[in-house]
Amino acid sequence: MLVSLYRYNPEVDKTPYMQDIEIEIPEGKDLMVLDVLELLKAKDPSVAYRRSCREGVCGSDGLNMNGKNGLACISSLSEVGLKGKKLVIRPLPGLPVIRDLVVDMSMFYKQYEKIKPFLINDKPAPAIERLQTPEEREKLDGLYECILCACCSTACPSFWWNPDKFVGPSGLLQAYRFLADSRDTAQAERLADLDDPFSVFRCRGIMNCVSVCPKGLNPTRAIGHIRNMLLQRST
Amino acid sequence: MSNLRTLNYDAIVIGGGGAGMRAALQLTESGVKTACITKVFPTRSHTVSAQGGITCAIASADPNDDWRWHMYDTVKGSDYIGDQDAIEYMCQVGPQAVYELDHMGLPFSRTEAGRIYQRPFGGQSKDFGKGGQAARTCAAADRTGHALLHALYQGNLKGGTTFLNEWYAVDLVKNKDGAVVGSIAICIETGETVYVRAKATVIATGGAGRIYQSTTNALINTGDGVGMALRAGFPVQDIEMWQFHPTGIAGAGVLVTEGCRGEGGYLINCDGERFMERYAPNAKDLAGRDVVARSMVLEILEGRGCGPKKDHVLLKLDHLGEETLMAKLPGICELSKTFAHVDPVKAPVPVVPTCHYMMGGIPTNIGGQALTIDADGKDTVIDGLYACGEAACVSVHGANRLGGNSLLDLVVFGRAAGLHIEKSLRDGFNVDDATEDDITNALARLTRLNNSTGGESVATVREDLQSCMQLYFGVFRDGESMKKGLKLLDEIGARVKNTNLEDKSSAFNTARIEALELDNLYEIAYATAIAAEERKESRGAHARNDFTERDDENWLKHSIYFPATKSVGKRDVNFSPKTVEAFPPKVRSY
Repeated sequence: MLVSLYRYNPEVDKTPYMQDIEIEIPEGKDLMVLDVLELLKAKDPSVAYRRSCREGVCGSDGLNMNGKNGLACISSLSEVGLKGKKLVIRPLPGLPVIRDLVVDMSMFYKQYEKIKPFLINDKPAPAIERLQTPEEREKLDGLYECILCACCSTACPSFWWNPDKFVGPSGLLQAYRFLADSRDTAQAERLADLDDPFSVFRCRGIMNCVSVCPKGLNPTRAIGHIRNMLLQRST
Repeated sequence: MSNLRTLNYDAIVIGGGGAGMRAALQLTESGVKTACITKVFPTRSHTVSAQGGITCAIASADPNDDWRWHMYDTVKGSDYIGDQDAIEYMCQVGPQAVYELDHMGLPFSRTEAGRIYQRPFGGQSKDFGKGGQAARTCAAADRTGHALLHALYQGNLKGGTTFLNEWYAVDLVKNKDGAVVGSIAICIETGETVYVRAKATVIATGGAGRIYQSTTNALINTGDGVGMALRAGFPVQDIEMWQFHPTGIAGAGVLVTEGCRGEGGYLINCDGERFMERYAPNAKDLAGRDVVARSMVLEILEGRGCGPKKDHVLLKLDHLGEETLMAKLPGICELSKTFAHVDPVKAPVPVVPTCHYMMGGIPTNIGGQALTIDADGKDTVIDGLYACGEAACVSVHGANRLGGNSLLDLVVFGRAAGLHIEKSLRDGFNVDDATEDDITNALARLTRLNNSTGGESVATVREDLQSCMQLYFGVFRDGESMKKGLKLLDEIGARVKNTNLEDKSSAFNTARIEALELDNLYEIAYATAIAAEERKESRGAHARNDFTERDDENWLKHSIYFPATKSVGKRDVNFSPKTVEAFPPKVRSY
């Protein structure tokens, strides 16, 4: 199989380039893209990428495969297919490249930190857990599962344009995760922090985030909820 | 040679998983100048993969639940070489640690009463084994580790913890008195090597499941901290004790939680027989993990395995119904479809025992202080060094860990280490600075690698190491074959010292990191092999064909491996809990 791999080593290369590498794929197994990268790295140890859990829960190996963002470890070759007879592997778009497939995620993390991604509760903690009904807890399903892989935010044109000011789908999903938590008491403060023309309202409902999320989450819906809360707040 | 930049902290925590982040949080909140050094962004740590839950007697599922029952189960599960004072501490303060997680925001699943949902797990009982199966594992669906790790990271963000993300700790720096005074570390992004100076160094680097070919562990689980401790000359305890989880997805190694069986799933052989009824008539599929794993291997060896090669058994879940599976085990359904191409709603999942957890590690006391043994055989504290979580052996798991106890171990002893450091710094604990020579010593390995001009590829040597461990030191062990394995390991050792780093570049050079990780894998594999050969009995996860019985007369002991002499000694197990009578060893049956 022919792999077209994005290469860039800042100490050697003036500019990034695509390297075509022929690789032998063991028969009878539907490899994941991460397996292919591991095979490539065994041949050429200089290939750089992040990986950890290899089962789609740690969010390390978000990549762009044949033009679509996803996690290399749970994207099988049969699923991603070939693009012009090649498997094209590039870093996540829109973030500075450190080396090969490794991007600088600091802007992404900064947006996450901006939404105060932690539970705030100004009442003294009880001696046991804070009670929450199954119905209240159910509101967090589809939100807390985010793995911060950045597949969504780096597929979002609004984030490409304003990565410093638009929180982006991942950060907003987490913003709503805390807005929706019955144990959190900082709803007013959280909404006030988001109430500007950029943080939330740069979402244009393009829904690339939904189409690429490897965990099947729906940031656009969460953003819709935040919009409604902001609108209700202003009336 | 050291013109290294020095970073100064009061305490450093190496590892940003559950244990490391709990320790870092404790330290930061108490005002100790702390940095958490982690080779991956914290939420990429392996804690994220824990599924089933955190076991703790919070008396939600059963209002009469008692931490002493949990303690009894844990002692029995450990096959009686867990330290009873440590187990007592963990089970007793556990509820507080779990409530803290809820207050931090961990989205636990809930009961109708609004309390934390608890599910049954293996080895759990009520009333000291007399009251039937307990449900004691607190869960966030089947993503408890993910929920826990993110909540801890969020707690640390709130608390303002300093993280050195994507920094790799290379080796401990020891001063002239043998105290640990920090670590050499590489900033992976830039390649800069620095000396991180600290009065207290906490090793929280997790396990090393990657010494085996087939493992549920993340690719990052290379036991870096334990490797560093061994190279610094410090001993490890019970390192022969490796847990093989009954249900790794056959072929892929990916874990499916014991919670599957807790929720009513069971294992079947090629005849469709629920074979655990034969091996453990009472607890059946919820017997201890070692018991279930061995039973599975026996079924396979006796020709009752499934599939064309008869090399696995099946985990049946479809009878639970789609609704239960989607509510209680959504992540499992996802993993099974991805890695086994099986939808558990419709068909059973192919599973096989897979290396999962390192019960052994750096021996510590309850405060997380690392221990060594002096010439008179007495425990001695290693100044400046702490360990917690899977890297440590405190020891709460003994010869076999119960499901759900690892997450509890993380938060309880991460917190305990933080508390101990806080107090000891307040009491004026200090250490002498390292000299230039001390730092140069700690740089030796990195220097060797950076100057390598030829030698073998890291990937090849690593593969040979993993297959050697799989073949000779797996679920069943045998003296003769372990000797063969050891001989092979000696050869591999020579090759490990001669690996080549072809690419010497600085920026995000993961080849350099993988080469350094291989050294750690090897240190731990070798210690495992020596200790496994030495322990001439079967206990917990250590099952020998040539010594099939537990030998309490000679081996109701911790093994302790000394790297300088490559020899194994024995250390007493603690049978002196503070508030309850000790549980004396009994025949362990389920």
